Amino acid sequence: MAPSLIRIDGVTKRFGTTLAVDNVSLEIQTGEFFALLGPSGCGKTTLMRLIAGFETPDSGSIFIDGVDMAGVPPNRRPVNMMFQSYALFPHMSVARNIGFGLRQAGHGVPGLGKTDIEARVRDLLRLVQMEGLGGRRPEQLSGGQRQRVALARALARRPRLLLLDEPLAALDRKLREETQFELMQVQRELGVSFVIVTHDQDEAMAMAQRIAVMRSGTIEQLGSARDLYEAPVSKFVARFIGDINLFDVRMTRGADGEPMIVSTAPQFSCRGIADTTMSGEDVTIAVRPERVKMSKDKSALPAVCDVTFAGEIVDSAYLGDTQVWRIKADGGALVRVSASNSGAGTETFERGHRVHLGFDRSAMQVLTR
Amino acid sequence: MSGQGPQDRGFGWGRFLIIAMPLAWLVLFFAAPFLFVIKISLSQAAQQRPPYEPVFDLSQGWDAFVARLGELSLSSYWSLLDDTLYIDSYIGSLKLAGLATILGLVVAYPLALSMARAPRAWRPALIALAIAPFWTSFLIRVYAWITILKDEGLLNHALLSLGVISEPLHIFATDWAVLIGIVYSYMPFLILPIYNAIDRQDPSLVEAARDLGATASQAFWKVTLPLSLPGVMAGALLLFIPAVGEFVVPDLLGGSDTLMIGRTLWNEFFANRDWPVASAVAIVMLVLLLIPLALYERNETKSMEPRR
Repeated sequence: MAPSLIRIDGVTKRFGTTLAVDNVSLEIQTGEFFALLGPSGCGKTTLMRLIAGFETPDSGSIFIDGVDMAGVPPNRRPVNMMFQSYALFPHMSVARNIGFGLRQAGHGVPGLGKTDIEARVRDLLRLVQMEGLGGRRPEQLSGGQRQRVALARALARRPRLLLLDEPLAALDRKLREETQFELMQVQRELGVSFVIVTHDQDEAMAMAQRIAVMRSGTIEQLGSARDLYEAPVSKFVARFIGDINLFDVRMTRGADGEPMIVSTAPQFSCRGIADTTMSGEDVTIAVRPERVKMSKDKSALPAVCDVTFAGEIVDSAYLGDTQVWRIKADGGALVRVSASNSGAGTETFERGHRVHLGFDRSAMQVLTR
Repeated sequence: MSGQGPQDRGFGWGRFLIIAMPLAWLVLFFAAPFLFVIKISLSQAAQQRPPYEPVFDLSQGWDAFVARLGELSLSSYWSLLDDTLYIDSYIGSLKLAGLATILGLVVAYPLALSMARAPRAWRPALIALAIAPFWTSFLIRVYAWITILKDEGLLNHALLSLGVISEPLHIFATDWAVLIGIVYSYMPFLILPIYNAIDRQDPSLVEAARDLGATASQAFWKVTLPLSLPGVMAGALLLFIPAVGEFVVPDLLGGSDTLMIGRTLWNEFFANRDWPVASAVAIVMLVLLLIPLALYERNETKSMEPRR
């Protein structure tokens, strides 16, 4: 089998006493769109800078195309980076910025002639839909245009891997969504691997085929957006990806010896959901807000609900495509419920209404950490 | 943008004061003395007190004042052309100041660069060290260079005992000593603007250059240096302009053949007591210095306005 494009093998990086990256191992394949997702300070940016060569690992190795990158400076790695600040050279025109990498006779990149460089810059300008703007200065561009120039410049040397550090953070919401799709299209067209670093779960979920959720220097969970959302391995991942209800419950056995979970706030119990080996243990169960059914009439709840309890609506937010409520359950806990506006809703729910909530056992994820 | 605040609309007293105070300062301490010097430069030397005429005195009436205006002439300026001493002094000053600027930049740029690239926690201490010489009197520091540079001074002593040279270097009382003295004296004025220009740069610019295939030195020549040129220009002017008119350093460290306009000016004023010629020398020097300043200003405004 061909080696992975990137193989990170037990890499650790310390800054003073803080452990920024803690024994991380990871493989990224050719043509993959990969996301490093996590809150600030989780080590995702450091990991990316280690791949680019701006930091040196304290231990462990990084292989690109099977070649150990130890001692290889950034200018000789087949990797390019799009900086969060875009880092466009303010004293150069757009065309000179994009052509910068082509004018450096680099490792494995043959020195191009003047006309070849001009042709390549024109192609790149077309790729990012900036034809005719090559003569502008970065300061004369809008935020979105700067982002495109930064992308074109980073792609100029035909890297095997493009690292993107929070590529959409500086854009406003509307533009961010458009740019997301453009990035995905460019990635598909060129077949280059993209590694995006972001703290925005929506961004990561929308674009990446695989996502590594990072927490204090380690990878907490690695998987597709669906894996992370539907089967989080920990409370941290469950909270970080989307909205979630977390209930602290106790695993016990019923009188008949069958395993069951017992929750005190809100008050409910449920049989037959979990691993029989677990007993007498405190765990957490996670339920997504859209999996919780709500009705003013208990008998109107779907029959499949294995768990039901009652409460009072304390907040309600209308978000257009969805509506979100917070319900104070009789046991004391706050429960989030959401429903999409299909237009077919018969019941309306307002602040102060008493409601019955229910969900079935397939909606419950048992989390032990 | 939200609406304009009320302070943006009115021309209140606060705003007036903010503009008027520096303006008053400039008129009192720059424009008025400058006009006096121009007037003296247009007068003739005389054996009296003050040592020039005409002397205007409004108490003798307006007509007398106007009549005396006719006595002003450009003769002092023409006399600057009679003796090559003046032209040689100007050329000597410009030459030494220019050399000092080049030498100063060569010394200051690496210092400023290493300061800007030093760990952030060290930088305040490094800046304090760079300006520490200012805490001692300028005169004392220039005097100290005499004991370092003279034939039996510290430098020669050190080099001789290390065996680097076999005969003392004759530096003191030459143009070299003046050059060293000027570069040393104005070093902080060079370091600080350059440091500031490098420190202000987004550190990811150099990383971007490295990422795009540039070696560390290519990244410096193509990114760091061009972006620091405004600081280099500012520092160069801060050294060059006072260096042209420098008097203390050439007087203390220079030889009898060191021709600089500051010394010539001093001689005209105090040795020859020819105030009009001395004033003319000063005015011509000022005009000469305005040329690089005007060029710099034009360059600055050009880079400020958007290039569309």
